[in-house]
Amino acid sequence: MAGDFFFAVGDVLSSETTYSSGWRLAVALGFVAVGEWIAERAGTINISVEGAMLAGAFAAAMGYDASGSVAVGLLIGAAAGLLVGAVQAHFSHNLTANQFVVGLTLNILVLGLASFLNSSLKPETATAHVFEVPGLVEIPLLGPALFGQPWPLYLLYPLVPLAWWLVYRTRWGLEVRAVGENPQAADVSSIDVNARRRQAVYIAGITSGLGGGYLLLGQVGWFEDAIVGGQGFIAIAAVIFGGWTLRGAMLGCLLFGSANSFRLSLPAVGHPLNSELLSSLPFVLTICVMALFAHRTREPQSLARPFIRGLR
Amino acid sequence: MTGVDAGAGAGDVRYDRAREGATVLGIYLTSIAVALVVAALVLLATGGSWTSVLSALLDGSVRGPGRWGTTIGVAIPLLLVALGTIVNARAGLVNLGQEGQLFVGAAFGTYVATHIGAGGPGVLFLIMLAGVAGGAIWAGIAAVLRYQRRMPEVLTTLLLVFVASQAVGYGLKNKNLLLDPTPDQANRNLISERLRPDTRLPRLDWFGNEFPMTAFVALLMAVLVALVLRWTIVGFRLQMLGRGPRTAHRAGVSEARYGGLALVASGAFCGLAGAFMLAGGDFGNYRLTPNYPVNIGWEGLLVALVARNHPLVSIPVAFVFAGLRTGSGFLAATGVDRDITKVVQALLVLALLVPPAVLFVRNRRRALAAAAERV
Repeated sequence: MAGDFFFAVGDVLSSETTYSSGWRLAVALGFVAVGEWIAERAGTINISVEGAMLAGAFAAAMGYDASGSVAVGLLIGAAAGLLVGAVQAHFSHNLTANQFVVGLTLNILVLGLASFLNSSLKPETATAHVFEVPGLVEIPLLGPALFGQPWPLYLLYPLVPLAWWLVYRTRWGLEVRAVGENPQAADVSSIDVNARRRQAVYIAGITSGLGGGYLLLGQVGWFEDAIVGGQGFIAIAAVIFGGWTLRGAMLGCLLFGSANSFRLSLPAVGHPLNSELLSSLPFVLTICVMALFAHRTREPQSLARPFIRGLR
Repeated sequence: MTGVDAGAGAGDVRYDRAREGATVLGIYLTSIAVALVVAALVLLATGGSWTSVLSALLDGSVRGPGRWGTTIGVAIPLLLVALGTIVNARAGLVNLGQEGQLFVGAAFGTYVATHIGAGGPGVLFLIMLAGVAGGAIWAGIAAVLRYQRRMPEVLTTLLLVFVASQAVGYGLKNKNLLLDPTPDQANRNLISERLRPDTRLPRLDWFGNEFPMTAFVALLMAVLVALVLRWTIVGFRLQMLGRGPRTAHRAGVSEARYGGLALVASGAFCGLAGAFMLAGGDFGNYRLTPNYPVNIGWEGLLVALVARNHPLVSIPVAFVFAGLRTGSGFLAATGVDRDITKVVQALLVLALLVPPAVLFVRNRRRALAAAAERV
């Protein structure tokens, strides 16, 4: 019995499709996590990335329907994500409304809007074409997963180092990190705390919208209300799981993405592993990691605390 | 001379207060109007007519025969979830896990109901108790993590929602947990056994409007929460914790005890809402199903937000939200998708977030200006 199970896991592990699908699922999370990581370094938690992702997916569908071009669809998706991010940013880091309440409401709003508009507009979409990077795609097992995918997936590859450079090697990034650690001190050094936070949230919105667009045009191919289905929340969990480092966040995305692909591929080889366990893994694991390593991970010290000058 | 001055001062104060009230009212009305205009624009953009939508909503929520009862049935869990959220919010905590706490409460209730094998008011009471326990335990996890490991309750409650839906989903696949064990079940749906008729909540029938008697329990709870928050020491300490944690600390209010109490109470209310939904008959026909909470948890949270954390105000708000929900079922005839009501709800909530923030910023700016004058 147990032997059978390990054979099944072995089968799954030795097939290229496992890696391909795991990587595809991880990349969808990765787009969101990159932006959310920057936003969390600035001291904000945007649960509206879920909504931004959905808005991005729907807008990408509309953009593709109107123009017939995947690139235009992705651009419009990113713009829709930015719009959601902008609403979140201005409500919570300009008007000082509670960021979680705003985020949750935005998620409900976007879900309602997207399914309402989808039922009346019904955009027609397709998936982007697969682009195989010559040479690299020949690598056994991992080649097709990393380099033989629909082309929007490759957008994440430059995005990750870009985010690293932005946060660790520019003045703006230094200010963002300062704002996340000690907004009072940043404020005294004439950094506009809430402006930096808003900008970080814009970026989270853009990458989430892009992630939604990729999900639609690079992976699923058509719009449905459940297309995002909590992946934004999983990406937030990945950022926390990764201890607020970019490396850790990406690792979290990879882990959670593969767990998801295992859930989908194990029944295919005749071994339905407990799928509830695998689906709840990202959340349980994140809670456990937070509880166990709370002292060791360095979270941004003012994470999720609003900044109002003169109030602490 | 002083008398004249005092008189003029009182007049000024009265005038200022009236003007202030008018401004506040104006800001609120403007925000709501903007939200409704945006909703109408969305509707127009897709070619719907807002008069027919409004009329369908009214038909579905109150005007149609027996619709009052249906709306009340939906309003009950909304109100309970909102009450829990209010207790929690007054203590300065943010619980985003209502949906999960409600689901776990309903699952605990189902487990007790299907495993006891007896009926009667005593068992019904046990089901309610199990619901309360389920919700309280689920929120209790977040409370323990908050006060033992300093993890923000916002995140843990939110993450636990997804764990809850998977955990209950697992229960619904196992016959010795929640799944209906009847062998000749028609299409192997993942649903629980139906509650025995003698473990269901009695339903009242007023002028053709049928609703469970828990409506009165919910109303009573709202009054109770208002009284406890207003007049008792526990309520006072909870709110002290919410308004000034440092003051509360100095005054000897244990953050872990009262904060934990608020979180667990909030979960207990959600669990009770779940048990009421299960035994009340307006949801799922006395069976637990996957995705049982159908957003009642999220919407209850929105009710508390719109009611600005006032227990008594949340009664009419819960009814209006329930009406939007029951009314949306009648939208099919107008050719408008029912999700428009979600858009309206969320826009209203967003609109109502603006005025307090604007007023806060305005008052601060004034206070700063006044302070600058004095120097």
